[in-house]
Amino acid sequence: MLEQIEGSQAVARAVAACRPEVICAYPISPQTHIVEALSRQVKSGALAPCEFVNVESEYAAMSVAIGASATGARAYTATASQGLLYMTEALYNASGLGLPIVMTVANRAIGAPINIWNDHSDSMSQRDSGWIQLYVESNQEAVDVHLQAFRLAEAVSLPVMVCMDGFILTHAVERVELPEQEQVDQFLPTFVPRQQLDPEHPLTIGAMVGPEAFTEVRYLAHYKQMQALDLIPEVAGLFEQRFGRSSGGLVRRYRSDDAETIIVALGSVLGTIEDVVDELRATGERIGAVAIRTFRPWPAAEVRSALAGAGRVIVLEKALSVGIGGIVSQNVQGALAGLPASVHTAIAGLGGRPITKASLRQLFAAARAGRLGELTFVDLNHQLVDAEIQRMLSDRRSGPHAENMLRDVGVVGAGPV
Amino acid sequence: MSATRLKYFQTGSFAAGNRLVEPDQRAVQSDPQRANAITCGHRACQGCGEALGARYALDAALRATDGDLIATNATGCLEVFSTPYPESSWQVPWIHSLFGNAAAVATGVAAALKAKGNTHTRVVGQGGDGGTVDIGFACLSGMFERGDDVLYICYDNEAYMNTGVQRSAATPPAAYTTTTQAVGDQPGAAWGQGKDAALIALAHEIPYVATATIADLRDLERKVHTAMEIRGARYIHVLVTCPLGWGAASADSIKLARLAMETGIFPVWEGEHGDVVSVTKIRHRTPVEEYLKLQTRFRHLFAPVRRDDVIARIQARADRNIARFGLLEALDEDQLDEAVEVDV
Repeated sequence: MLEQIEGSQAVARAVAACRPEVICAYPISPQTHIVEALSRQVKSGALAPCEFVNVESEYAAMSVAIGASATGARAYTATASQGLLYMTEALYNASGLGLPIVMTVANRAIGAPINIWNDHSDSMSQRDSGWIQLYVESNQEAVDVHLQAFRLAEAVSLPVMVCMDGFILTHAVERVELPEQEQVDQFLPTFVPRQQLDPEHPLTIGAMVGPEAFTEVRYLAHYKQMQALDLIPEVAGLFEQRFGRSSGGLVRRYRSDDAETIIVALGSVLGTIEDVVDELRATGERIGAVAIRTFRPWPAAEVRSALAGAGRVIVLEKALSVGIGGIVSQNVQGALAGLPASVHTAIAGLGGRPITKASLRQLFAAARAGRLGELTFVDLNHQLVDAEIQRMLSDRRSGPHAENMLRDVGVVGAGPV
Repeated sequence: MSATRLKYFQTGSFAAGNRLVEPDQRAVQSDPQRANAITCGHRACQGCGEALGARYALDAALRATDGDLIATNATGCLEVFSTPYPESSWQVPWIHSLFGNAAAVATGVAAALKAKGNTHTRVVGQGGDGGTVDIGFACLSGMFERGDDVLYICYDNEAYMNTGVQRSAATPPAAYTTTTQAVGDQPGAAWGQGKDAALIALAHEIPYVATATIADLRDLERKVHTAMEIRGARYIHVLVTCPLGWGAASADSIKLARLAMETGIFPVWEGEHGDVVSVTKIRHRTPVEEYLKLQTRFRHLFAPVRRDDVIARIQARADRNIARFGLLEALDEDQLDEAVEVDV
């Protein structure tokens, strides 16, 4: 059914259609609208049998999901930013125990400085947590990929993070095709847990494991993610067959087959990138884009194949690994080992800074002219940074960077204190 | 023939022997067919109070639920000594997730059971004092205030024993731990710190809160049984001795737990919906010194210089408990509920 609907509401509808049995919620922007909508559905009885637990922290949210999943219930939660970091310990535990929890991450920056707007710092920080990470480009894809996520998680007994851009997607109202309940019931089999706490068949889960088997347990986690590499396209294919539209999968190519320059990115920014690609294609430039839809497991072969013909690859990322630069680009470089393409990292959109077509045109023009270095900070205000660096050099007690620079740009308390 | 009612106690302990009571009144542990939550072969130290307390508590819960039980466990001694896999000692479905989340995992188990319409399987969360009163306190308090259908049992040995005896918020003042060393003018743990988790649990006005010690295991069994007959969030705080961390003889574990109660250092009580409803009276009031001198964690109070000032301060703390909980009020006949009545 087509509806004009907010991204969060659409995701809530999709999750509800998956018949979750336990939902844990702790508020953090920008994911709140999702769990608010689900709380209403549970309270009204529409989702019965389902328990909605208002927990005291994200750490508890993931812990309650762990207990519920280990008891054989389909468990769901949503978070973002600081909340994802606060549950980090439990994230590793959920994947280590092999519990198929599904979680929406409404991607948001991590402080300090505190910032509620979108980038990918949160989920990228958990790339080694053992969770499968799927990134969506639109609200339609957000809906579709949540359905796929439950099927995938339960098939391989691993938790899945569906990463959608905070505000840009979660708060955007657009036309979305919402699935019918019968369709979802046919697509998503009943959850048969691989392990379950059951007094009839007592199990010990979470035992101490020493050097004699720890490597093997970790290897199996990797093995299952490698299995997921095969399963993700399979599930996406089945989804397309049942629902008649393409969503999910490992990577998506956009006008990249004969491209000399290829932009690699994740999430909603692909829309803007594709617009610029179209404009430049119209001028005869051989440029294209590749969307990374699955970041963990890392689809190295598909990325290599998609980028093999390019002379230049620009990885546009909404996260920064301080001290080295790009995160996705390191993975891309690994996938391209031995190929001639030059890989450039462009850090963009941090803390919600808009990634405009103008900025992208400028970036691609620099690349075309051979002026693009290994690491670029798109739209960096050099004047602002230079002034602060100057202050640091001249005054040992120059104070906090964030507040100094905000004063310079006049956002707060313009002028000297 | 006329019958005379007599009262029997074992000398010193006040515990009634199982052979003196009717079969249906006997302890869970006296039953050769008893359920055994934790089997032998675990790796606890000799004289470990936590192993004893956990076995009695879980076995009592198993009996109360007819074996229909799921347990969650915080990281700590109990988790480590019971599950060097494949040698799990647990005969109940059991999950260990993290140090600080045993109460939240238990909430998740309870929520899953509820969603599945399972009203018969019950849930017990467990942890040591570190996993409960420190790192797990937010999850515990959340479980309490939501009224989740979980009995949480804290086995309190008053420090982080698993990591090598570091101070927790349950460490008593003046006690030596590896992070409250016996040096300086005020040796051992600082005064004016620490928290009383059982009273804080009571302040949540949950249906049932109790304290217990491993010196009175039938009392512990009874309290677990009582707790399992109630729905909602429940809490039992069990004082368990630690020969290693307390610097005490393994053979003194029960004796020390009894002295903690008899000195007033550890008040034993039950509460319901925010109020203390019963206390275990002290029968032989004992000076705290008798308790302290058996433990090397307090030896700096006796040598090289005897610290009468600190001992008096600990005594005053115990006296305050006695006054606060009414631990010494005259016993009437009805309150001798632990006594065994036998017709002769």
